[in-house]
Amino acid sequence: MENIGKTIKNNLRQYAMLIALVVIMIFFQIATGGILLYPMNVTNLVLQNSYVLILAIGMTLCILTGGNIDLSVGSVVAFVGAVSGTLMIDMKMPMFPALLITLAVGLIIGIWQGFWIAYVRIPAFIVTLAGMLIFRGLTNTILRGLTLAPYPKEYQVISGGFIPDFLNFFGAGFNVTTIVVGIVFSLLYVIMAIKKRKERAGYGFENSPTLFFIIQAIIVVCGIMLLSYWLSAYKGIPVIFVIIATLVAGYTVFTQNTAPGRYIYAMGGNEKAARLSGVNTNKVLFFTYVNMAVLATIAGISFSSRINSASPVAGQNFELDAIAACFIGGASVTGGVGTVIGAIIGALVMGVLNNGMSIMGVGIDMQMTIKGLVLLIAVAFDVISKRKSRG
Amino acid sequence: MGTILEMRNITKIFPGVKALDNVNFEVEAGEIHALVGENGAGKSTLMNVLSGIYPYGTYSGEIVFDGKVCAFRDVKDSEKVGIAIIHQELALQPYMSIAENLFLGNERQKRGFIDWNRTQLEARELLKKVRLNENAQTLVKDIGVGKQQLVEIAKALAKKVKLLILDEPTAALNDEDSNNLLNLILELKKDGITCILISHKLNEILKVADSITILRDGATIETLKVGVDVIDEDRIIKGMVGRTLVNRFPKREPKIGDVVFEVRDWNVYHPLIPDRQVIKNVNIKVRRGEVVGISGLMGAGRTEFAMSIFGKAYGTRISGQIFKDGKPVQFNTVRDAIDNGVSYLTEDRKSAGLILIDDIRHNITLPSLKKISKRSFIDQNREILVAEEYRSKLDIKSSSILQKTGNLSGGNQQKVVLSRWIFSRPDVLILDEPTRGIDVGAKYEIYTIINQLADEGKSIIFISSELPEILGICDRIYVMNDGRIVGELTREEASSESIMKCIMQSNREVS
Repeated sequence: MENIGKTIKNNLRQYAMLIALVVIMIFFQIATGGILLYPMNVTNLVLQNSYVLILAIGMTLCILTGGNIDLSVGSVVAFVGAVSGTLMIDMKMPMFPALLITLAVGLIIGIWQGFWIAYVRIPAFIVTLAGMLIFRGLTNTILRGLTLAPYPKEYQVISGGFIPDFLNFFGAGFNVTTIVVGIVFSLLYVIMAIKKRKERAGYGFENSPTLFFIIQAIIVVCGIMLLSYWLSAYKGIPVIFVIIATLVAGYTVFTQNTAPGRYIYAMGGNEKAARLSGVNTNKVLFFTYVNMAVLATIAGISFSSRINSASPVAGQNFELDAIAACFIGGASVTGGVGTVIGAIIGALVMGVLNNGMSIMGVGIDMQMTIKGLVLLIAVAFDVISKRKSRG
Repeated sequence: MGTILEMRNITKIFPGVKALDNVNFEVEAGEIHALVGENGAGKSTLMNVLSGIYPYGTYSGEIVFDGKVCAFRDVKDSEKVGIAIIHQELALQPYMSIAENLFLGNERQKRGFIDWNRTQLEARELLKKVRLNENAQTLVKDIGVGKQQLVEIAKALAKKVKLLILDEPTAALNDEDSNNLLNLILELKKDGITCILISHKLNEILKVADSITILRDGATIETLKVGVDVIDEDRIIKGMVGRTLVNRFPKREPKIGDVVFEVRDWNVYHPLIPDRQVIKNVNIKVRRGEVVGISGLMGAGRTEFAMSIFGKAYGTRISGQIFKDGKPVQFNTVRDAIDNGVSYLTEDRKSAGLILIDDIRHNITLPSLKKISKRSFIDQNREILVAEEYRSKLDIKSSSILQKTGNLSGGNQQKVVLSRWIFSRPDVLILDEPTRGIDVGAKYEIYTIINQLADEGKSIIFISSELPEILGICDRIYVMNDGRIVGELTREEASSESIMKCIMQSNREVS
């Protein structure tokens, strides 16, 4: 028992934000009289926050390199929306070539900003502040200040569509495919976790206590099944959810299990030491910003698809939401500390706050104030708990 | 004249190291008192105690200044009674004018506003006093190091200094500026200002000092008085280095093979000051299984040399050739060097070596992630095995391989960095001050590791400012001074005296 207590204590800080998220969700579930976790609202939560989630992934990497942020992502979201809108609505280009061109534009934006940041070594803050103005300006130029709408049907599927229920042979009243996918992923998780445990045991490494492991597995499986239940009771798995889940999984593996991912952490932890260990820090910084712009492009596509228009005012303040999400999720202001999952949890905290307060009828003004306070308290908590552990 | 300063039984302990052990130090009013000793002998620590950088309570012992017992809480306190210290690294604001710098923290004010006229006027007087012919409005960044040094002294004079401490004031100066500075100190002496001078340049000390106190291993060895004792350079060197060495270094039977690594005609220029040549025509050779030392004083260019070899990590306009196993190679990046079997352990493990916020495991594997990857994914189980292997092999005292390196002691931190570079499997390992700031026990362990590596057939380049360890573990020693190799000594020829002589001789040749 003593051992479990210790393990929980060790992991408490890591899970602090996750616990906070659960507490916030329970609070709003009660305060909104159960509306927050209506199946339809859960799906909405995912759809509404899709763009912040995608941006937060890229922003995490930027912050990891040394507390650098990207202020231009909101403008890039608007700009790529304008590009895709012009291609598809004005020029009637089919979707796939148009998407490819849009992604290429995002790549070029990334190369442009990455060049100034990584090779000329102009502070990222300045380069992306300039980018914020440049791409907002170019958006207005392309759109001539007007909103383009509507997109073709197939484009709207990106953030409005759902995976078809092809496993529903017997006409059930819920989405069978979603439940099956949930079960498959639960099984996969359990199998992988057991395999990893066995591997570690084989090497003679210390594993967490069995009881703790079982509790952990039960929590994760419950989480997966609960989510699939909510999604299945509405329309099933949103397409954008698949995209986000793939990105989160991909970037988690990238940051934790590959050398380039490790280099990002090393650079933020101590750039000099990283350079003297053979890490090409310029290259790391460059690719981080190219990556950010590409993810901003994906976010831009998803956002324009969701509002079904290319608008010159799209994406305003998105950069701030993404940055806040990363810091709430435990990223260090000086770099080298933080995870993609943390940023996702941070983004969900913000998303649930937005959604819950809107349902309760709290005004936009109060919402902003409260979100600001949450950001401040979350980072203060992190700073103070770190100081304690050091002293 | 009487005693102006008396430091009695000063003991200062850092975690794991006794930097000062019952030091007694006495300075007469109005004299120039030189403080000499090897790097790490405790000179700077003693002066930091005196000037309040290490506040009262962090050391034991007594300071009596001007007849009063003092307990300085910070530098301001010591300045108040008239003690000013000028550090080796100048503490001037480059983007402020000379006048602003002179009165920084000591502004000439009238009713809460800065009195610019008085500032200008007094600045002009002070500059005249230190014989600096510059406009007080000039920005400090626009004047040379020699003149900046004079500004520092003027700044001390502005505070009505009685005791001026100069820490290696001429280390960065050319001979003309050095001479000016020394003459100025002599002039200030006439005005009744007492001066403590820390310097490695014995000829300068002999020129100006009235008394010389020698520190060694954190203890006062002796104080020599000009006119009473017979003093020459050899006498001072003997006092500085003359210690009995009993088994401080593990024994090794060297098995030396062919030349593995050679650097020819190496020239490097300063990265920011393009005309300043930092490394001048250096040639060195290292054989298999050999430990080669590079000795020299601080600022001799050893670190700059090593880093410029290591994938051009320092300097510009680098020219020269590198041969590895007889074949010419080019290291354009640090990666090139590592991949070609040359690794470099930095002298500054905290700011350039470790990632302090990360754990032991990640710090060890950082340059060698390819070795533990399968299809470009890191095999984290293998990584743990590697880290555990080095933790036990080098005896890194820690709670586990997941401990943050920032929480380790200096010696264990150094073992982590050493593990990193051993795991990178180099043929040539350059160690830059690998024992700096770590305790005697850990030093011995590190020497043992170095010996093992040499026995395995690796070539070690060992850079150190501490003569005893250079003499204790190297098979051959290059002496470096002012960016040049000024001597090459075999183990038999090498002694503290012969190394110091190489340095002093080359100093004399230049001047």
